[in-house]
Amino acid sequence: MSTEKTFRLDGKAIPFEDGETVMDAALKAGEYIPHLCHNPDFEPHGSCRICVVDVNGRHQCSCTLPASEGMDVDNSSEAITNKRRTLLQMLFVEGNHVCPACEKSGACQLQAVAYQTGMLNPHFTHFFPKRSIDASHPDIVFYFNRCILCGLCVRVSRDVDKKAVFSLSGRGHRTRIIFNSPSGKAVDTELAITDKAVSVCPTGAILPKHHGYETPVGERLYDCLPISVVGDAAKHHTAKKHFLNGDPDE
Amino acid sequence: MVTLMNDIQSDQERPKDKLIVATAALCGCFGCHMSLLDIDERILQLVELVEFDRTPLTDIKTVGKCDIGLIEGGVANVDNVEVLREFRNNCDVLVAVGACAVNGGVPTMRNQFEIKECLEEAYIHGIGVENPHVPNDVEIPLLLDKVHPIHEVVRVDYFLPGCPPGADTIWLFLTEVIAGNAVNFPYSLIHYD
Ligand code: SF4
Repeated sequence: MSTEKTFRLDGKAIPFEDGETVMDAALKAGEYIPHLCHNPDFEPHGSCRICVVDVNGRHQCSCTLPASEGMDVDNSSEAITNKRRTLLQMLFVEGNHVCPACEKSGACQLQAVAYQTGMLNPHFTHFFPKRSIDASHPDIVFYFNRCILCGLCVRVSRDVDKKAVFSLSGRGHRTRIIFNSPSGKAVDTELAITDKAVSVCPTGAILPKHHGYETPVGERLYDCLPISVVGDAAKHHTAKKHFLNGDPDE
Repeated sequence: MVTLMNDIQSDQERPKDKLIVATAALCGCFGCHMSLLDIDERILQLVELVEFDRTPLTDIKTVGKCDIGLIEGGVANVDNVEVLREFRNNCDVLVAVGACAVNGGVPTMRNQFEIKECLEEAYIHGIGVENPHVPNDVEIPLLLDKVHPIHEVVRVDYFLPGCPPGADTIWLFLTEVIAGNAVNFPYSLIHYD
């Protein structure tokens, strides 16, 4: 029907319904817009800015921008990719991302988006922050070195698991994830390995214990195909978990 | 990359038909040099195209004027700084090869600690240490307080990520640069681990 509302993404007509964001509509139409703090299953946050697009000459964050008719969205020009690469380089130098020593490597969304933008170097001077590890929980380990403060675990624990285990604390470069427990330790929270919040981290900051390096190099999620084809790591994580539990439906 | 190629090609007054390549291993594990050797019999093709100056492969100790300098490893001690600056002064194109040169890599994990803590852990409190004392021979280069990627010390022209970058990545890079082409890596050749 010609009453369908559309906007243009890299010249292609993308249908949308009122209230849908540019990101929602694009993903629904099978178009990939790089993102980290966004997970289509949860409320958008608009914090990582990786999904920046150029809309009629202005930079906008596509995960929070409501789609409207007449929008001309540039998602893949060199200029936009350069912007995203710069944001990624800042994320990399702000934390301690030692890919060769990370269990998530090869299936990490941060790394995969960096590959997608052709990031060959960190460009900036590294900050080398001193960050801790919390290994107090029997099943889960937290490497704060790898946290990009996307707030996904905070949102999902609060809104889906209904436990509010995490919170973002502090301001500016002192912002960090904290646990909602009297001791400040993960072990004293209600967090369980089955919580959704454990599986949504786009980096290797939240990892299950007793597992690691199980998939050989060359067969990992993003080894052969880019994230624009493979999709988000969290989606695959859920699929794998359901499969292991004998429920391959997901 | 295109401008880099012009740099090399415009340097025509030098009477030579081969590009001169030097390599150095700073604070790395030598894996990137191993990966270079992993090009296997293609090394015979390579020596037709390039001449090696200072490199652990030739054991030449000082670096002369070169077209391409390949640096493995990050900067962890004063000797690394000196070698790196010498390479920058002598090489038209300086390349960071591998994770440690590109972003400091695994050795940067010591940046979480004071240098005193690292030395004491290794030489005094470590498991199985005999005759515990921190080595202090004047020949041993002093450690920097932090390990740095090489672009934090000198200007770098090209980066080959990977721990190590695969032989095919290094091969593609070298052959394209030598041929004067821009380098475009396929997805499968770029990884950070
Ligand atoms: S721990 Fe992971 S999910 Fe939580 S804020 Fe950090 S990067 Fe995001």
